[in-house]
Amino acid sequence: MRITCPICGERDRREFYYKGHAVSLDRPAPDAGEEAWDNYVYLRENPAGETRDLWQHEGGCGAWIEVTRNTVTHEITATRLVSEAKS
Amino acid sequence: MRFSGLRVLKEGLTGNKGWKPHWRDPEPKAEYDIVIIGGGGHGLATAYYLAKEHGLTNIAVLEKGYIGGGNVGRNTTIIRANYFLQGNSEFYSHSLKLWEGLEEDLNYNVMHSQRGIINLFHSDGQRDARARQGNMMLSQGDDAILLGRDELRGMLPYLDFDNGRFPIYGGLYHPRGGTARHDAVAWGFARGADQRGVDLLQNCEVTGIDIESGKVKGVQTSRGPIRAKKVAMVVAGRSSQVAAMAGMTLPIESHVLQAFVTEGLKPVIDNVVTFGMGHFYISQSDKGGLVFGGDLDYYASYAARGNLPTAEHVMEAGMALMPMIGKAKMLRSWGGIMDMSPDGSPIIDRTHIDGLYLNCGWNYGGFKAVPGSGNVFAHLIATDRYHENATRYQLDRFRTGRGIIDEESKGSQHNLH
Ligand SMILES: Cc1cc2nc3c(=O)[nH]c(=O)nc-3n(C[C@H](O)[C@H](O)[C@H](O)COP(=O)(O)OP(=O)(O)OC[C@H]3O[C@@H](n4cnc5c(N)ncnc54)[C@H](O)[C@@H]3O)c2cc1C
Ligand SMILES: [Zn+2]
Repeated sequence: MRITCPICGERDRREFYYKGHAVSLDRPAPDAGEEAWDNYVYLRENPAGETRDLWQHEGGCGAWIEVTRNTVTHEITATRLVSEAKS
Repeated sequence: MRFSGLRVLKEGLTGNKGWKPHWRDPEPKAEYDIVIIGGGGHGLATAYYLAKEHGLTNIAVLEKGYIGGGNVGRNTTIIRANYFLQGNSEFYSHSLKLWEGLEEDLNYNVMHSQRGIINLFHSDGQRDARARQGNMMLSQGDDAILLGRDELRGMLPYLDFDNGRFPIYGGLYHPRGGTARHDAVAWGFARGADQRGVDLLQNCEVTGIDIESGKVKGVQTSRGPIRAKKVAMVVAGRSSQVAAMAGMTLPIESHVLQAFVTEGLKPVIDNVVTFGMGHFYISQSDKGGLVFGGDLDYYASYAARGNLPTAEHVMEAGMALMPMIGKAKMLRSWGGIMDMSPDGSPIIDRTHIDGLYLNCGWNYGGFKAVPGSGNVFAHLIATDRYHENATRYQLDRFRTGRGIIDEESKGSQHNLH
């Protein structure tokens, strides 16, 4: 699998660290309650198909990247910097 | 049909014409007392113990493919009871005891082989951790022996003890650990359940779960609707999809785990051996193939095949540990979809829907759990109370934060367990 870093271009999967689903970008407020925190920390849609997850180009520029990817075919359809995904 | 030495002899002399299929191929009935979704090891064992220990036999196991086609037929077959934390400790100890009586119980040769597991350590810190783990195993009533370097040299002379980077300091030996033939475990439980009247319905994919006013009523399947008083979801890597049919989102992420096997060789590796400094463990099957594996591919995936970086890591780690295996030719590699939970421990529980039960979160270690999980899950479904050896596998431990069982203190990231 090869991932396109928006800064460095297409690179081998080995250069990237995998964090998990992009739900990690939506950190709830400290007092948002049990359900919101359960959703953020533990629960996962875990789709068989398109998903968005977070990778870090740790063996390259260090950027955090949001990757739109198919969990069945491993096809990658989009990547963008987390800073853009959050704005 | 019962298996016995006499029977094998008789069949051998009469052209093996008397063997019958091991289970029936029935048509689905319109209604069952209990429907079990998933004909893997856990689903089949659950049906078996429901029938055997609770006298419940109006049961169907619904399998979308064929019996033994899931992870139960894809794993590397290691069986152990070396867990540390309360919750896991008593559960895996219970499961190992069931393994020890399983072949007689099922009248089926599952080739359970207590050849012993040796977890190697390569530093003083690792030795301390293994000593602590061994003490826990002894205190739960199981066996553990801390081996030094010299004792280990006698047992496993083929290891690269003086590897420049990862010298071997010793190993924690678990003599009652070992392996079994995975397919035979599925077949044995399937046959045992069928003999007691359970319907095994293959090519029967569940596509919907019927719920009315908070109570489960049955399932929709590729072979038509089936009504049921109780429904159990036991689908390992597919847990999130099936639970979604009941409107539930689970704390599960699905990941691929790979395994590898070489051509058949003469006996060379007597035990199960795990490397302490890289992702590699190995045993030798009775056919002679070296069976080995490593860690997850690390990113969420439903592709039942592996990626090359992980294959490469496993091979490198194996070569660092036992250079002799470089001479063997690798025959095959494959992958299975693991239901990774956020604390690395399973979920065996009721759900908020009346009559709907959940069994998942086996990570990469659910084969050894097959008898234990079936046994305690059957108890839960039949009595609506937790079995004494599975009181801590609640689903809500994540939401409430009470009773997380994080064996290796790795935090909530699913793929790190
Ligand atoms: C490479 C590899 C190595 C492993 N090594 C070990 C090991 O050494 N020791 C160990 O203890 N564990 C090991 N495991 C883990 C172990 O195999 C699993 O945890 C365990 O088999 C999962 O439970 P199961 O047997 O019930 O799963 P499965 O056999 O996967 O059963 C689930 C079944 O549900 C069916 N299903 C799914 N969706 C539906 C639906 N909608 N309708 C009907 N049926 C459905 C599937 O077809 C499948 O047959 C390994 C796994 C892999 C992949
Ligand atoms: Zn980069």
